[in-house]
Amino acid sequence: MNRIILDHVSFRYPNGFLANEDLNLTISQEEQVAIVGQNGAGKTTAVKLMNGLNKPTEGTVYINDKDTKDYTTAQIAKYVGYVFQNPDDQIFNQTVYDEIAYMPKYYKYTEKETKKRVDEAADVMQIREFLKCNPYEIPYTIRKLVTIAAILVVRPEYIILDEPTAGQDLRGIRLLEELLGYLRGQKIGVVTITHDMEFVADNFKRVIAMANKHIIADGSAREIFSRDEVIKESKIKRTEMGMVAKEMGLGSDILNPRELADAAERRLRS
Amino acid sequence: MAYIELKDVDYVYPLAKEPALKQVTASFERGKFYGVIGENAGGKTTLCNLLRGLIPHFYKGKLKGDVLIDGEDIRTLNMDVLSTQMGYIFQNPFTQISGVKNTVFEEIALGMENLGIPKEEMIEKVFSIAELLNIEHLLQNNPNALSGGQRQKVAFASVIAMDTDTFVIDEPTSQLDPDGTAGIFEIIHKLKEQGKTIVLVEHKIDLLAEYADEVLVLKKGELLAKGRTSEVLSDFTLTGQGVMIPHTVSFYQEFSARGHVFSKVPITKSECVSQLAGMIQGKKGEESV
Ligand SMILES: Nc1ncnc2c1ncn2[C@@H]1O[C@H](COP(=O)(O)OP(=O)(O)OP(=O)(O)O)[C@@H](O)[C@H]1O
Ligand SMILES: Nc1ncnc2c1ncn2[C@@H]1O[C@H](COP(=O)(O)OP(=O)(O)O)[C@@H](O)[C@H]1O
Ligand SMILES: [Mg+2]
Ligand SMILES: [Mg+2]
Repeated sequence: MNRIILDHVSFRYPNGFLANEDLNLTISQEEQVAIVGQNGAGKTTAVKLMNGLNKPTEGTVYINDKDTKDYTTAQIAKYVGYVFQNPDDQIFNQTVYDEIAYMPKYYKYTEKETKKRVDEAADVMQIREFLKCNPYEIPYTIRKLVTIAAILVVRPEYIILDEPTAGQDLRGIRLLEELLGYLRGQKIGVVTITHDMEFVADNFKRVIAMANKHIIADGSAREIFSRDEVIKESKIKRTEMGMVAKEMGLGSDILNPRELADAAERRLRS
Repeated sequence: MAYIELKDVDYVYPLAKEPALKQVTASFERGKFYGVIGENAGGKTTLCNLLRGLIPHFYKGKLKGDVLIDGEDIRTLNMDVLSTQMGYIFQNPFTQISGVKNTVFEEIALGMENLGIPKEEMIEKVFSIAELLNIEHLLQNNPNALSGGQRQKVAFASVIAMDTDTFVIDEPTSQLDPDGTAGIFEIIHKLKEQGKTIVLVEHKIDLLAEYADEVLVLKKGELLAKGRTSEVLSDFTLTGQGVMIPHTVSFYQEFSARGHVFSKVPITKSECVSQLAGMIQGKKGEESV
């Protein structure tokens, strides 16, 4: 079965700092999962374990039942693609085209196949007009879309997005929502780190909350946002509508304007 | 006289085809908090670069129109003097870290060092700001061994520590958790209460709605709107322009469409709560008559 498993995984950085402690998790290829939690909780560290950029200090990470310790990061990248939190850590080519074409060329795809894949990925991310540009001349948020395209092009089984919503405008958020739909259609599993609670509530069935090196909750958005102690510990918040509902005693698991309107009408009728 | 005055400002970056700012006219008063919103590539960062004098002193390009700070033309203003008056927090937190310092402590102190602030004052300031931002535990860390959000807080701290009269702040919470984001807004609010002038670029519209005195909306280099926060953020025509609206305004639209009447468009949570409570109370009142 296609899945990513973290089995009693801990990770320590070379300077001795323990950033993840005893993580246990199974994510199947059919899922789209959001990871939320405080700055420094260990989210980026944890997802880098899923694509072999970090190898566990203790415990085992399995990709489709294979131990990541037995494979190189380049081998794993074919199955699990990771889009960096900071696009500048990922980008190193002179043009957007070359950046997206890098992995297909690395895997020695034909020029024709490479071009076809690059064009397709660029279309999904709506960045075709930038293909000839130098990545450093385009805005940060578009650079982020370029790094997503550079992973899409590989057609991996799972894609990990590290804070794709950061700094995006309304159009960028809608584009990311379309991307999630596209990936669902392609049967590519998704793990997204984000601090945007509305984005989580609107798009994810499963949410993992992290705090201080640990996973502290794993459940539906409704479950996570109804638990005060999880919200407090992982330094997240309810959605804006959830906060209004909670303050008015209209429920602790309201997620969006429609639900708030329903709850308020129930109160008005009672 | 206004503190900062822009009149018919056009600006084109070197080699760029399109202007990044077009016919922008706006004035800024001292001691006010201005929010800047709008689509990406709208010119928000360019406006910051201009206010801080990086345009035209660092970015050459073509600048037309008047830019006056305390009545003086930005073109002839001394940049060293301006830097002691105006702190600038850049958009990309990953590039704001200097790379020349070995600890977070020194990184935060760097800006103050450049201003020649006495050592004891500097040390005290670093501790107090680190505490405010919940990053005391990171002070001895290497700035390159930080998470994304931690870096952004350090970048923010190093500029705020300089205690300038004005702060131009470009998307300071993009990598922050919700709690950290609220903290940054509280700090900015306190700075305003101390009389500082704030220009803040943000996508987090719900928080701007709470705190900003005025909001400017930029799109494709043009200033679409500028005015009191409550007026600009309750203007639905702006959603069609790719501008986010507060979630309470989305709720207002949903609930109005169901036939419920608000006395005004709520742009903050507390306004939304009090209006809803009013409706529920009103209903109870009717029943008891
Ligand atoms: N290269 C490194 N060396 C040592 N410690 C590190 C390194 N990178 C990160 N850390 C520390 O590990 C912890 C977890 O970092 P990580 O980047 O995984 O956090 P995160 O949850 O992704 O946070 P954010 O939301 O701010 O991106 C933090 O305390 C951070 O300071
Ligand atoms: N250094 C630069 N050189 C050339 N063009 C630039 C530069 N910085 C920004 N631009 C262009 O100016 C316009 C406005 O950009 P910017 O001010 O960064 O917008 P925002 O901050 O609203 O996203 C965009 O078209 C952008 O591509
Ligand atoms: Mg991170
Ligand atoms: Mg910008």
